[in-house]
Parts: sequence; C-alpha cells; structure tokens
Amino acid sequence: MADLKLIDVAKGYGDVKVLSNINLDIKTGELIVFVGPSGCGKSTLLRMIAGLEKITGGDFLIDGVRMNDVPPAQRGIAMVFQSYALYPHMTVRENMSFALKLAKKSPAEINAAVDKAARILQLTPYLDRLPKALSGGQRQRVAIGRSIVRDPKVYLFDEPLSNLDAALRVATRIEIAQLKESMPNSTMIYVTHDQVEAMTLASRIVVLAGGGISQVGTPLELYERPQNEFVAQFIGSPAMNLLDGEVTATGAQTTVSLTGGGTAISSVPTRESDKGLKVRIGVRPEDFVPTDGTHIYQGTVALTEALGEVTLLYFQKDGDKAGIVAKLPGIHNELRGRVVRLTADPRKVHVFHDGKSLLYR
Amino acid sequence: MENIAGKRSALTWAVHISVVLLVLLWVVPTFGLLVSSFRTGDQIVSSGWWRAFGTQEQQLNPIRIAGEEKEVDGRFVIEGNLFGNSKTVISLWGTSSREPTAYQPGDTADLGDGQTLTVQENGDFVLTSATSTKDTRLPRVFATASAPPEFTIQNYRNVIFSPLAGQSIGQAFLNTLTVAIPATIIPILIAAFAAYALAWMDFPGRALLIAAIVGLLVVPLQLALIPLLNLHNWAAMTINETFGLTGDRALSGKGYLGIWLAHTGFGLPLAIYLLRNYMVGLPRDIIENAKVDGATDFQIFTKIILPLSFPALASFAIFQFLWTWNDLLVALVFLGTGNDQQVLTGNLVNLLGSRGGDWEILAASAFVSIAVPLLVFFSMQRFLVRGLLAGSVK
Amino acid sequence: MSQAIFALSTIAIGVGGCILYFYASNLFLDKVLFPARGPNAGRNINRAEAVRPWLFLAPALIALGLYLAYPVVATAWLSLVKEQGATRNFVGLANYAQMTSESKFWESMRNNMLWLFVVPAASTAFGLLAAQLTDRIAWGNFAKSLIFMPMAISFVGASVIWKLVYDTRPVDQAQIGLLNAVWLQFGGGVWSVLFLRILPALLLAAIAVGLAWGVWALLRPVLGSGGSRGSLVVVLLRLLGAAVFAALAVVMLWWLVGVFTVTLPYGQPQTWLTIPFWNNFFLMIVLIWIQTGFAMVILSAALRGVPEDTIEAAIIDGANPFQIFFRIKVPQIMGTIVVVWTTITIVVLKVFDIVLAMTNGQWETQVLANYMYDKFFRAFDVGVGSAAAMVIMLLVTPILVWNVWNARKEMR
Ligand SMILES: Nc1ncnc2c1ncn2[C@@H]1O[C@H](COP(=O)(O)OP(=O)(O)OP(=O)(O)O)[C@@H](O)[C@H]1O
Ligand SMILES: [Mg+2]
Repeated sequence: MADLKLIDVAKGYGDVKVLSNINLDIKTGELIVFVGPSGCGKSTLLRMIAGLEKITGGDFLIDGVRMNDVPPAQRGIAMVFQSYALYPHMTVRENMSFALKLAKKSPAEINAAVDKAARILQLTPYLDRLPKALSGGQRQRVAIGRSIVRDPKVYLFDEPLSNLDAALRVATRIEIAQLKESMPNSTMIYVTHDQVEAMTLASRIVVLAGGGISQVGTPLELYERPQNEFVAQFIGSPAMNLLDGEVTATGAQTTVSLTGGGTAISSVPTRESDKGLKVRIGVRPEDFVPTDGTHIYQGTVALTEALGEVTLLYFQKDGDKAGIVAKLPGIHNELRGRVVRLTADPRKVHVFHDGKSLLYR
Repeated sequence: MENIAGKRSALTWAVHISVVLLVLLWVVPTFGLLVSSFRTGDQIVSSGWWRAFGTQEQQLNPIRIAGEEKEVDGRFVIEGNLFGNSKTVISLWGTSSREPTAYQPGDTADLGDGQTLTVQENGDFVLTSATSTKDTRLPRVFATASAPPEFTIQNYRNVIFSPLAGQSIGQAFLNTLTVAIPATIIPILIAAFAAYALAWMDFPGRALLIAAIVGLLVVPLQLALIPLLNLHNWAAMTINETFGLTGDRALSGKGYLGIWLAHTGFGLPLAIYLLRNYMVGLPRDIIENAKVDGATDFQIFTKIILPLSFPALASFAIFQFLWTWNDLLVALVFLGTGNDQQVLTGNLVNLLGSRGGDWEILAASAFVSIAVPLLVFFSMQRFLVRGLLAGSVK
Repeated sequence: MSQAIFALSTIAIGVGGCILYFYASNLFLDKVLFPARGPNAGRNINRAEAVRPWLFLAPALIALGLYLAYPVVATAWLSLVKEQGATRNFVGLANYAQMTSESKFWESMRNNMLWLFVVPAASTAFGLLAAQLTDRIAWGNFAKSLIFMPMAISFVGASVIWKLVYDTRPVDQAQIGLLNAVWLQFGGGVWSVLFLRILPALLLAAIAVGLAWGVWALLRPVLGSGGSRGSLVVVLLRLLGAAVFAALAVVMLWWLVGVFTVTLPYGQPQTWLTIPFWNNFFLMIVLIWIQTGFAMVILSAALRGVPEDTIEAAIIDGANPFQIFFRIKVPQIMGTIVVVWTTITIVVLKVFDIVLAMTNGQWETQVLANYMYDKFFRAFDVGVGSAAAMVIMLLVTPILVWNVWNARKEMR
C-alpha cells in the first residue's frame, strides 16, 4: 500500500553536495536496507524520506504523491532512532500513545492500539515504567512499539540495533524479521552498518557510496553479481580479492593472464575486441580452492587464522604480486609458511574493467 | 530544526520579530539613560531622550532685549542678536508668556506705545520706539527655537571632577574599587583550599560540611547585619582599649577591613560550592597519579588543581566582583558614610534622594557606576555563563 | 592616591597572609608536628593526613561560622530581647507581637508575597521564552548578551534607569519618561482598546489557563484511582498547591473583568510609583528585567541539552512547535526550571536596594528587607528589626531544606 519513488533526489548543505542522483523504486512490502561506508549519507537519505531533512533536488513520492514539502507527521511514516529517542518524562504507555493523542484519537482506540503493540513486543509488564527503568533491549522495543501503534505505511529504522550487545542484537534482529512477516503490507527502510543484518533482513539492499547509489539488488545479487569493485569489496567479509591482469582469450568464457603470474578463467563472456583489455579479476576468499593444476594465485602463506569452521590464509604482498586472503573450510594451521596454489570455479571469478563489472555491459 | 520539510517560514519571521522586540524592551531603558547622560539638564527636562537625535523644537527661556540705542530718522532703534552666537533657528516667537508663539520669524510686532519689534530667523532683532527706551524695561522675547542634535560630556566632567554636595563620584569610584578588589581575591583563595578539601580529601564529617555549606548558600545576609556590626564594634573597641588607641588613631567598627571580611564571609558559600563542584569533576586519575608520584596534598593543590580550576576561579571572581561592586546594603552597614568611604551605589542612592530631579547628574553618575561592571561583563561573559551553569545546573 | 596604595597593600597583605598561612601551616604539620621520619614515621603520616583537611578548611570554616552561622543564632536571640537603656532584657515574643501589630509589617508581608509570586514566575517565563527564541536564530547569541546585560548592573543603577522610564512631568510639559510618553499616545481609540484591554485580557486569560492547568496537574494523581498517590504529606502539599493556584486563577479572572470595566484616565500623565498596589508591579519590573537574563542563560543551556532526537521523534509523531515546546522540551528541563525559580525566589526575599532607591517603601511598597533596614538603622529598634530578619529566614527555610536534601541525594 505504500510505494516509494525517489527521482533524481539530491541533498546539499550549501555548497557541500552530500547526495545526488538518487533514483529508487520501493514496492509495498519490501524491506530495503541502506548500507555503505560511514558518512556516505545513509542517515541523510533516510531522514529525507522521513522529512527531517529538506530535499534540495529531485522528487520524492509516496503512492504517487509528491512528498517533498509534506511535513513529517503527514507522510504516514514512523521512525525508530538509533538512540531510541524515548521521551524520558513519559511512561512507556505515554510514550507509545503520544502520537495518537496528538492525532486526537479516542482513549479507547489509543488503549487498544497500545495494548496490542505491547503484547506483540512483550512490553505489557512495563507499560507504567519510565524509560530510565528499562534495559537497552526493552527501550529498543518501546521505540519499535511507538512506531507500530501509529500503523504507518512506512517504517524507517536508523541503525536500531547498534546500541545493543551482540546476543541481544541477534535476538532483536529476529524479532524485527518476524515483525516484518506479520505486516506484509508495510514497507520498511533500514539503515545498518552490519552486513549480517543487511543480508538476513533485506529483500533488497541499496549500497550507497560517493554520494550516490552504487548498486541496488537482492542480497544474493549483490553477493554473486556485484556491479562494481566497490560493491564487490563492500559485501562479504573478508573483502573480495582483486588481481590485475589482461584478457588473453575471449568468448563465452574469458581467460585472463594475471600480472602476478597465474591465469584465471571466468564465465563472464567477452567480445573479440576485448582481447588485450586491462582488467581486474575478483575472487572471494571463500571461493578459492587449493589446486595442483593451473592456478590463479600462488604464494607463501604468511599468517593463518583458524576460526574453527574455516581458516583464513593471508598471503604476503611480494613485488607485483598482490597480498590476498583465502578462506578454506576446516583447520589448516599447518599451511603457514608453505607455498600454496589457489584456483576458483570460473562462475565465481568476477571481471572488472575500470572498476565496473564486465557482466553488466 | 530549519531542515524539517514543510515548515512554515512565517513562524521563523515571528521568531525574529519577537526577539527584536524582546531585545528592544531590554535595551531601551538603559539606552535612554545613556543618551540622557550626554544631554544638558535643560534638554533632558524639556524633551524626551528619544527626541535627542532629531532637530529640537524647544521653548527657550525668555530673553530680555538689550543693546545700544541709536537714533535713526527720529526713531530710537536697538539692533542686535538674541543669542550672540548661534546656529539656533527660531521657528516662532512672541513677546508675552501668554502667547509665546504669536509671530513668525520676520514678522513685526506692535508693542504699543509706538514700539515695534522685528525678529529674524537667526535671532537678529530690531526694536524701534518713538521715545527713548533708556531707563525703561525693554520687552522680553519668547522664542521657540529648533536646535540641531547636541551632545555634551560636561555632565561626566561635572560628576567625576567636581564634588557635588561634598560627594565626588571620582572619590566614590576609588572607594568602590578599594572595596571590590580585595573582597574578590581573598574569598577565592580561602574557598579554593576549602573546596579542595571537600572535593578530594577524606575526613569524617565531610558530607555534613557540604550540606551545611549548601544550606548557608541561601541564608539571607540581612540576618548578619546587626550581630556583625556589634561584633565589629566590639572588636574595634577591644583593640582600642588594649593598645590604648584614642582620637584619630582609634579604630572604628566601620571600615574597609570590616567590609572585606564581611564580603568574604558572605561570598564564601557560593565560592566553595562552585569550586567544589568544579573540582570534583576533575579527572581522578590525574590526582591519584600525582599521589603515586609522591606529591603532597599541598603540592597537588597548587601544582595541579589550581591551574586546572582556572575557569571556575575566573567565573567566581567575576561574580564576586560584580556582586561587591554593585552591593549597596553591606556597604551601607559596614562602611562609614563619610566622603572617603562612600561607594558608588551609596552615592547614587543619596543623589536619588537629594537631587532626584537632576537627571543630568543622576544619569552620568549612574553610568560611571555601571561602566566597570558592564566592561567586565562584556569582556568576560563566557566565564560568567560557565560559572552560572556550574553553580545551578548540577 | 594614598587610598590606592592602601588598597594595593591590603590586597598584598591579605593574599600574602592567606598563602603564608596555608604554606606555613602545612610545613609545620609535615616538618615539626608529625615529621614523616624517625620511629613513628608511619603513624605520623596518618596523623598529618587526618589533620590536613582541617588546615585547608580552617579559614573558611571560621569565616562561615563567624559571618553566617553565628549571626543566625545571634539574630534569633536579638529578636527575643529588648534594649532598655544600657541593658538588654529578655522579652519573649514581645518584639514579634509589636511587629505584627504594625500595619507596615503586614504591608511588607503582602508585598513580599506578591514579589514572590510574580518575579520568579515572570523572570522564568521571560527567560524561557528568550532562551527558546534566541536558540533558533543566527544572531541569537548577540540578542542573548543584550538581554543578559542587566545582570551586570547594580540594583541601584537599574533603579535610576527605570526611574527615568517612570518619570512624570506636569500635563502641559513634554513627558521625558518613556512610559508616560507611551501612555499619552492612548486616547481611548481602537489602539487603546487593543493594547490596554484586549492584550492584557489575553495575557491574564493565558495565566489563568496556566494556573488551571497547574491545579489539574496537581490534583490528577490525588483524584485518580490506584495506589500510587504517595504519602499523606505529598497529598496535602498537592492539595495546598492546588488551592493556592486556584485562588490565583480566580484573582486573574477577577482582574480580567476589571480590565474591561475600569475607566482609564487617558491624557493624564501618571505618577506610576505612587499608584497604590500597582506601583509594586512597577518596582518588580526592575527585578524581572535584571533576572530574566540569568534565567535565560541557564534555561538556554538546559534546552540545548534536550536530546535532538526526542524532538525529531515528536515531529514525526505530529507535534506542532508549541506542543514540542510544552510537552517535550519543558518537561525535560523541569529540574532546571525549579532551580532557576528557587534561585530567583531567594533573590526576591533579599530585595532591598530597588525599593530603597525607588520609593523607600512609601506609597505602600514596603518589603520585608527594607522594613527591617528601616527598623535597624532609622528607628534603631534592633528587637523588631531582628524579628523581621527572622521572618525572612523563616521564608527561605523551605528552600534551604530542599537544597540540602537535594545535595545529600547527589552526594550518595
Ligand atoms: N549540517 C551538515 N552540513 C554539512 N555536511 C553535513 C551536515 N550533516 C551531515 N553532513 C555530511 O553528510 C554526510 C552524510 O552524513 P550521514 O549522517 O547521512 O552519514 P551516514 O551514512 O549515516 O554515516 P554513519 O554510518 O556514520 O551514520 C557526512 O559526510 C556528513 O559530514
Ligand atoms: Mg548515520
């Protein structure tokens, strides 16, 4: 019931351009996650959608209605703040009913809405407490409850879990996922730093960087078919390895001869004219497999980190050979100091030219 | 807040206008007195200070015509100028107090008995008479003149350098300074040590002492007047008796020493409270580190706490200075009222009583007394604000 | 000149004396009394540490004891004795009886109560308004420092400034007091109705509504069901507060009627300071003018301390600027408002200079502090003067207790 449309949206503070050319279509029922490096403008974009920041260029529409000059309260949105932003002088019940009171709803209606939200979020025992008498997780739930009671079309979350400890964060993440399930008609936009949150919650992820959108897609799309080096490296941990090389054979499969020695075969198709093209291939650490045959990379393991289920192998930079990371299943501490050859499935070898993936030409 | 979408700018305008009004309301009274202090007494009482910047329509005091009489064509004529010098421009004039605005400049008035009088715009007049005017009273001219804005610093010269009714503001200024400076510095020193002890030393009864000081913070100093005056008198008398001081050399219960001590006592609770609050907030690590390094409490205090507490010390100093400078009650009670001891506020109150209508003197005196605090205020506002916040928001 | 030298040398002696005392006494403690060497070094260090705080505190304690604590006791005693010739006789409460039989005393009490209600309320309200408004504009700091400026001016100086504003000239002369000049602009026309009837009426109505809201807020927990009423004392205090507020609200409404029925002497210059009862307000304006800056500075800091995101949350919840101010910001800075209020209350109780300088208590403007001064230094009646001083002390005692209570809470 709430389709959001951003057309060439831009934001500047005076001469400082923070965001520009933001084009985005969000469908009812989606949970969109904004990710990106710190300071790239995620919060700013979210606050523009909320109406807390003026939009300095372009149009923003909800259900086809231009919202640029509509005050926040009339946009049908609710926002959950990173620091919860609970009103410290009001009890939980008063916090949750404040918006409804301002909207002049009847007391019966207000109580029903608050009680229902409290039940969903298991806040019923705390309704008469002040926020200072609640734990961090409970406060977070009150903040969510405060948005639920308003029954908004769009929920906005700005890093809602970043003030919680690791265990609580996982638990609350799951709660949010369930909440989303139970409200198939509401749209949610969620800002986070945490990749796991992004990958698990999102129906689509928006990667913001350098004042614009780098790529929009489902979590798997971003993981498997990143449009550019930035997204490729941003999604996944440790980051994707990038190796310089030159196209030597083209066709349905592409062969790249790498500067540091080694040859990579990718299933990305190339044209005849691409031969000799300077490219960069990308392989995720977890996609490397040890080999005895042709290798993409050969080097001495400088350091191993055994995490239990996997082991990270760190290869040293050596002349024009890049330093890379590989992730092998199992425990492989014995590989330290040894020379290891690595290759990868052609379907998992990405090819970039000029920072952009050849897949999307 | 400015960034909120859909915000009406009318509200912003309302805010600007309200603030302008508020500021005007707060500044205009002071400004009025300031302007008045640069006008002559006549100007002040004849028109509101807000007219001081425009041309003044002013009813002049009656001027009696005088001059050498000449005989011209059988008529006796006196020519001259009403003002002698002057940029004054006459807009209307008359010859009787009942009709001071009967004639335009250049008109000729018939005064009867064959006398006529013509007055020009610049004050030139011609009086003609059929008979000699020698030994008769010449007519008076009532002129309404418009004078350009005119300001003078004569009021300040008068109040500062020439004693009015035996009270010189210049002297009072010095007296006030004599009161205020020691009364500012001494309590700071005493309070700083006490505050350190209350903040960082452990001893039984500390909490009780702090509570007592918070309590003393609100004790009205009115309570202290009579007992302390008695105390001072008694102390002076005892000293006089033991040392056999008489006549001129005898100490009096009223004097600078007494007022310094009184201001010290009255200022201490706030000083200790403020400084303690500030010192408690200093990082514990620094102090403990210094202790581990073998510093004594005295060294910690002088080498670490005092320098770090500078902002709090400064803000209290400003407070205390403003307070002692502006105080009237303590000065009235503990200081003599003699010329060499009267302070500015006391002087001003006296002037209000004795010369309440002489606005030029009052205004100039008031501004002499306000000048120093205002200077301190505007140059050290930052510290003052910081001190206020440390003292109240905790 | 000699006086300057005298002052400078006293500063040197005073400061030098203080430093010498602290330095020498510490040295004496460490080197002579409990030297940290020899067989008893350990014990000596401990003893020195136990004594040192008192060395640091001694001058302050002596000064506080002598100049604040002792006078409270002494005044209490003086209020119970009467000087008869050279002797002092204990007369019990006779001084109080005499004082309460004087109409001047009751006039002072009434006026003081008036001051106590009006000045803190008006200063805090103006301060809050100024703080909220100036925080939102670019030249706010400049505006703030101008509104704050009267803080630096002495009460006497302020009195002179306002006396000029209130000055009156005879009808046929030009008015030099701003207030009369403005007053004479009104002749009973539309503007007069707007500014002298409707505007004050609106103001009074607003105050009445505020008071009514206060009554409701105070009574709600008492009337409401449930066990969270609090102790009997709290209930009684709430009821008392509500009664006072209600009474004030009625007075406001009474005045509201008065605003429309009174015949105003248009065209007549007024001697503002001699109009009985209302002249008190003209005196209060001076103190309000001074104290507003103080309230503004502190409240503005408090307002800036209100978390920005609670305000944004309220915007999203649909609150308008007024609702944000009264329902989000003000409740969050309530603690500071109370502190400002009580601080100004204390100033009000001590107010003396303004009355002395402007009316000297004539025309029914007497206040306790000036009454007391009159008794002490004009009538030389120490007994009654002390009794008046004790009344002032009594009035600040609740604040004193409350302050100490809060400080104790903070200490733990
Ligand atoms: N008032 C302002 N004036 C100028 N630049 C601003 C202003 N507010 C924010 N910015 C800039 O806008 C950019 C985006 O800020 P934003 O808060 O949206 O980042 P973010 O992506 O949310 O970062 P984080 O992940 O650290 O929260 C930042 O580079 C910031 O410096
Ligand atoms: Mg952010």
